[in-house]
Amino acid sequence: MSIWEYANPKRFMQTSGALLPWVSIAAVILTVAGLVWGFFFTPDDYRQGSTVKIIYLHVPSAMMAINIWIMMLVTSIIWLVRRHHVSALAAKAAAPIGLTMTLIALVTGAFWGQPMWGTWWAWDPRLTAFLILFLFYLGYIALWEAIESPDGAADLTSILCIVGSVFALLSRYAVLFWNQGLHQGASLSMDKREHVADVFWLPLLVSIAGFVLGFVALMLLRTRTEIRSRRLRALEARERMS
Amino acid sequence: MMPELGKYAATVLSAYGISLVLLAGLIAFSLWRSVRVRRALAEQEARMQRHD
Repeated sequence: MSIWEYANPKRFMQTSGALLPWVSIAAVILTVAGLVWGFFFTPDDYRQGSTVKIIYLHVPSAMMAINIWIMMLVTSIIWLVRRHHVSALAAKAAAPIGLTMTLIALVTGAFWGQPMWGTWWAWDPRLTAFLILFLFYLGYIALWEAIESPDGAADLTSILCIVGSVFALLSRYAVLFWNQGLHQGASLSMDKREHVADVFWLPLLVSIAGFVLGFVALMLLRTRTEIRSRRLRALEARERMS
Repeated sequence: MMPELGKYAATVLSAYGISLVLLAGLIAFSLWRSVRVRRALAEQEARMQRHD
């Protein structure tokens, strides 16, 4: 069986319909478990105090903000190369989730930054790249709404997605090649010196798993809605013509 | 049950509050649109079946 079979909307609807309840349940359990564990049952950090509890929202949302754009990049390229409608609709469906994740990362980052850095905002490379990524998400969603032809919108948004990928990657790697920023490096790293302590890391891992599954569940739900919406528009057009 | 958040209580609670509201809004909007589109499609299909 080939992965391209899921490019068939009917096949996608069948498979996603079967998966959606299970993925949703797992997402709710893991997200609630990660956040409750992190908020109620982890100690304060010796330097950051209770603000360390923001990590369970900030890191998963920031990771998702970047990775969702990368997922949109892959599906956009599939659309441009192979013209599979489901992949274009999956990118469209994912964008508002990515926008929300970027907004959560920016807001929680500001709340965390204020007591730790003494400022809500700094024109730090990572923060600035994230703000630009947020604007790209807004532009991407607006472009889909602005163009009437679905295929034309899919083409132009795919190109916008490819351009915006620079900022998605920049928001991930900016701290590595720009030293003047306030933002620290990766919270999750194979390097033990950079890694957060296990007492924070384990609930963080559960929270990240919850956010990933939450994204998958929402993306499946929203892609199914986009496929139905496309079919609805096609039927309405057929009715008008007959 | 509530952990002792000390002088950062307002900061931590605000970050959680806003994030949870944003997540709840996203989920609610996605579900609402899903129901609305599914209902509209069912009505359209039924109408076209009657006309065929």
